[in-house]
Amino acid sequence: MNTPVPADWYLLLSAALFTLGVIGFLIKRSLITVFMSIELMLNAVNLSFVTFAHEWHAVKGQIFVFFVMMVAAAEAAVGLAIIISIFRVRGTLTVDQIDRMKL
Amino acid sequence: MHLVLFLIFALFALAGAANLLLQKHPINSALSLIVVMSSLAVLYLLLGAEFLAMAQVIVYAGAIMVLFTFVVMLLNEGREEKTWGSRAARTVGFPAVVVLLATLAAAILRAGRHYGMVSLSDGITTTQDLSKVLFRDLLLPFELTSVLILIAILGAVALARKDDGNA
Repeated sequence: MNTPVPADWYLLLSAALFTLGVIGFLIKRSLITVFMSIELMLNAVNLSFVTFAHEWHAVKGQIFVFFVMMVAAAEAAVGLAIIISIFRVRGTLTVDQIDRMKL
Repeated sequence: MHLVLFLIFALFALAGAANLLLQKHPINSALSLIVVMSSLAVLYLLLGAEFLAMAQVIVYAGAIMVLFTFVVMLLNEGREEKTWGSRAARTVGFPAVVVLLATLAAAILRAGRHYGMVSLSDGITTTQDLSKVLFRDLLLPFELTSVLILIAILGAVALARKDDGNA
């Protein structure tokens, strides 16, 4: 009944999610969706951290995920504020039209 | 039981991530990202990380994604249009991404026979175990994250504030 799952299945899932995040980062043209793809990649890496923490019975792996979450929260707050101010100046979020540093 | 739960929620995560790419409107992408994060929380529970599962739901699926959906609705940016850039990214990016996935999968599968099995009876890492490490060995980094979050909040307020001249 309690069928175990090989640990590398979790790692393969993490790799697949990371790859989907990379694809999204490349093909999406809306700045906010590109940002979401970055979050997806962070989550995929977190999954492999938790898998290795389980594999080696190391609590520090889970602590690392905790810190990644905190940094991701800070990053999301600042990133979305930057997106809002870009939208206010440019009136668009299409990455192809946001290609100048100048206003 | 573990196998069934793993397969169901791994499928949810993959389907949500694929849906994130396929949807044209940012709000649909944000909602499918919430599905991915919630199913990852269940996978964390299966791996015995109870605190991280709760933090995943509260911090990621809760706080961060609410911020995302809020910004999407605030800016009301419509469907994204296809441009030359996305076609270039498709032609150049997809082979590179396939190579990346193949490399990762090959590395994992080669190392995989050294890894053990994950089962529901492995026991959990309790919040107590986690906090013993976090508040004893890693107290300084933990306190530094609070400073980081404070700076990020100040930065977000300063960036998103409407510039009405008397700043």
